[in-house]
Amino acid sequence: MTGVTSTTTTLTGRDKGEHVLIRLGYRRMFHRIKPGLYSVGNPSPESPVLVTANFTLSFDALRTSLGGVDAYILVLDTKGVNVWCAAGKGTFGTDEVVRSVEASGLKDVVTHRKLVLPQLGAPGVAAHEVKKRTGFAVLFGPVRASDVREYLRLGKATEEMRRVRFPTQDRAVLIPVEMKNYMWPSLAIAVASLLLGGWLALTAVVLAFLSGTTLFPLLLPHLPTKHFTSKGMTLGLLVSLPFAVLASYLSGFNGSPGTLSALAGVIVLMPPVVGYMGLNWTGCSTYSSRTGVKKEIFRFVPVIVVLLVAGLIMLAISGVGQLAGWF
Amino acid sequence: MESLEIPVMAPEPCACGPGNGINTLRFEPRRCINCGRCTEVCPHGVFRRGEKTIELANENDCMECGACALNCPTRAIAVESGVGCAAAMMKAAILGKDEVVCGEDCCE
Repeated sequence: MTGVTSTTTTLTGRDKGEHVLIRLGYRRMFHRIKPGLYSVGNPSPESPVLVTANFTLSFDALRTSLGGVDAYILVLDTKGVNVWCAAGKGTFGTDEVVRSVEASGLKDVVTHRKLVLPQLGAPGVAAHEVKKRTGFAVLFGPVRASDVREYLRLGKATEEMRRVRFPTQDRAVLIPVEMKNYMWPSLAIAVASLLLGGWLALTAVVLAFLSGTTLFPLLLPHLPTKHFTSKGMTLGLLVSLPFAVLASYLSGFNGSPGTLSALAGVIVLMPPVVGYMGLNWTGCSTYSSRTGVKKEIFRFVPVIVVLLVAGLIMLAISGVGQLAGWF
Repeated sequence: MESLEIPVMAPEPCACGPGNGINTLRFEPRRCINCGRCTEVCPHGVFRRGEKTIELANENDCMECGACALNCPTRAIAVESGVGCAAAMMKAAILGKDEVVCGEDCCE
């Protein structure tokens, strides 16, 4: 069988190392598998054909779920993007499935005419179109690769296999990439805060950074209110209030208008900053709709801007006032 | 793992009802042949099998991924599909460019 590359169902140390780099956001568009037909175990012409994207984590999630299974894996060229995102863009799409089926010579490798696609490929692939154009029937398998073996055994997906969830672990793996994305602006703001406001100002910036990148995803389902932004703003307030108390204690709070203005500034600034990071987290979630997010932007961005301006004015009053000797 | 044999019809898009005001999902039961494809592809259990046609079970949970509409062979479902990513939308609005999501020009 020419054109079929044999692969394994286990990860090497090198694979695991690459997974760590991917989770850290290192060269995120360059973790690709060569598109084409692969095999695990010892597949026969009757063995199932499982389709996936050519992003390393997608391919590895599938193959490591296939221990003890004889199957073919058809890797589409999704430019290194995972199944769901590529389906949304259309690169994990009807045309690419048709092209891959033809390019791989799959018709001569298997005798059946069935392809098992991940369910999350469905936003890009019209099953009836693929059938019409290639003769291969598209069967949508489970959402998660870890359910594929059970799916093959049952011959169908259960209700639970068809649902997208967003458990703590799935949210937690996104933390390092989020930190990386906010790294440069945060560093700039941190340096400025340290120079202008000292250690307590720097601590406030670090707190905001950790709240938006780490606490927010971890606490997401437990934060009150419905919208991402209001959840973030709530978290910002919950973090800023104890900080203000601690900061006034540490700085030997003397009740002067300057210190008061600075503390109020931090309390007013933290909610819009963390709220904005929460709003930006919509794209990471597995359930936000475009219509819903659009409404949320129009509703909350004005609030964010007003609070940001108000908070910055309070900080400015405190800073300028202390320099000018007003207080 | 039976393959579905479905008659493909309906050249024009769905002329469905007014919708729910929460998202852009529209469903026209008169076109539905109860094939169940939408119940297979929907990640949030929006559809369920009914007596003669599919029924909407949790339409407010629709995230507008578009899988159901694309895979409905009779075009009984319509949805303005897109990605619910505020970062992409705001970036597009500020730069005056088209929305780019999840890939080379996003999340960097």
